[in-house]
Amino acid sequence: MRRAGVVALNTFREAVRDRVLYSLVFFALLMMAAAVAVGQISIGIEQTVIVSLGLSAISVIGVLISVFIGVALVSKEMDKRTLYALLAKPVRRWEFLLGKFGGLVLTLAVNTAAMALGLLLVMLYVKHSLERSDAVVLVAVYFILLKLALIVALALLFSCFTTPLLAILFTVGLYIVGLYVQELRDLPVEVMSPAMAAFTKWLSHLLPNFENFNVMAMAAHGRAVPGALILQNTLYAVVYCTIVLTAAAVVFSRRNLK
Amino acid sequence: MQGSAIEIENLTKEYPFGFLHLKKKASLEGLNMQVETGEVFGFIGPNGAGKSTTIKLLMRLIFPTAGSARILGKPISDVEMHREIGYLPEQPYFYDYLTAADRKDRVQRMLKKVGLDTAHKIQLRKYSKGMLQRVGLAQAILHDPKVVILDEPMSGLDPLGRREVRDIILELKRDGKTVMFSTHILSDAEMLCDRVGVIVGGRLRGVGAPGTLVDIKSQGMEILFELRGASNAPLLSKATRTGACYRLHVAEEELYAAIEQLRGAGARILSVSQVKATLEEFFLNLVEADRAQAAAVEVSGK
Repeated sequence: MRRAGVVALNTFREAVRDRVLYSLVFFALLMMAAAVAVGQISIGIEQTVIVSLGLSAISVIGVLISVFIGVALVSKEMDKRTLYALLAKPVRRWEFLLGKFGGLVLTLAVNTAAMALGLLLVMLYVKHSLERSDAVVLVAVYFILLKLALIVALALLFSCFTTPLLAILFTVGLYIVGLYVQELRDLPVEVMSPAMAAFTKWLSHLLPNFENFNVMAMAAHGRAVPGALILQNTLYAVVYCTIVLTAAAVVFSRRNLK
Repeated sequence: MQGSAIEIENLTKEYPFGFLHLKKKASLEGLNMQVETGEVFGFIGPNGAGKSTTIKLLMRLIFPTAGSARILGKPISDVEMHREIGYLPEQPYFYDYLTAADRKDRVQRMLKKVGLDTAHKIQLRKYSKGMLQRVGLAQAILHDPKVVILDEPMSGLDPLGRREVRDIILELKRDGKTVMFSTHILSDAEMLCDRVGVIVGGRLRGVGAPGTLVDIKSQGMEILFELRGASNAPLLSKATRTGACYRLHVAEEELYAAIEQLRGAGARILSVSQVKATLEEFFLNLVEADRAQAAAVEVSGK
């Protein structure tokens, strides 16, 4: 575990020094500025507009970082052969993967927290005060972070057995599909054949449900998120990430490096 | 010598290729070899012979199709055993945003050993190939390992750097470490190694002390002489001329007759030396035989 921690800290250090990450943070600040401008022309619905726009920006930026840097975590190391010197040391391959995952999630947590702070400051600027109900924004940000962790795990899994380009396509594809899992569950199964209905149900439970993590509408209107949902989403993300990372470790442990 | 530090048994690696990966090409075929404790072992062979494949198998970067290997008596799958091994990859590359050293006295000492003590604060992305090679060597020996495995340690180094690496390898040997390194540079292997293994086409073709691998029987004598002015001595037509100097290769039993004839023609003898087969010749003969065999197989369509 200590070895995974060392890899995680190094991954964090690398990501923080990555210029792509800086430019995305800059983009976030730009979005916040846009939110202020939009807020000023939307009479009476400033909070709704600012929170929606701010959370969307945090989510989009986070997803971009998770997919692109998530896929590069392993593939870049293999391409540049930095992995050789590392894996020749007493480091298990799963420890390396876990460290990479932890490092990027830590980076995302720091990045997302910075953006959330920016959002709260913008809200304070527009409303001149923050209320207790505004804490729901932090819950929404926490859910975004859980979603990002899940995307990183998927990106890692795909990058363990395919090319970076395909890994990006698979991750983005699965993310988009995962946004519509609820629709898949709501399909009228009575019009399908029993086999198709069973397959649809099975598939809807197998695919990651990213829509679970979307509480943007509640946050925009200042409505509280139930504690049970927080617990359920946390457990869902932890269990799903564990399964995906275990699969990634199994694949990566058997992989021949170039 | 106290037993084997590295034991390799029937190690085989095949790579799938072609449509649906149905065909297989052997990169290493049934390698059996031992590296004794405390010796410097050179692994020599042409490009694609299987040197790096063997080393990567030992470092568990790739996995064997068949066979097994043990280092310090433990299977290579034992992760904790890797504490005792230092490894320099071929063309080493490290996290380029790091500097060579930011902590610990031992790091500083190692960098001094490899001649990088003045460059330790520069980011690795600004290093030359030779400097990266030295950082690689420093990280391989940093934790005072018992076995050091170096994949082409001399590659990319200038003559001074090569000399430094040679000195480090000899120092490791003096400290009782076992060193196994692969190289193309045969003179380095001859100079440094207690034993060498020659690998060609994925198969080990010979293991032994550099002197015993080649046929040490004299292959004749070489006379170096100087001759000013013209002469019609018959031996001169067989000599190779470089400026005023000539080189003449003669059989051992013909040496004295040749010297007399040359002196009679007014030549000044500069030196007489015995010609022996070198490791390079042994190596080249093997490679050529392997290529001829491969060509024969191709022609017969097998």
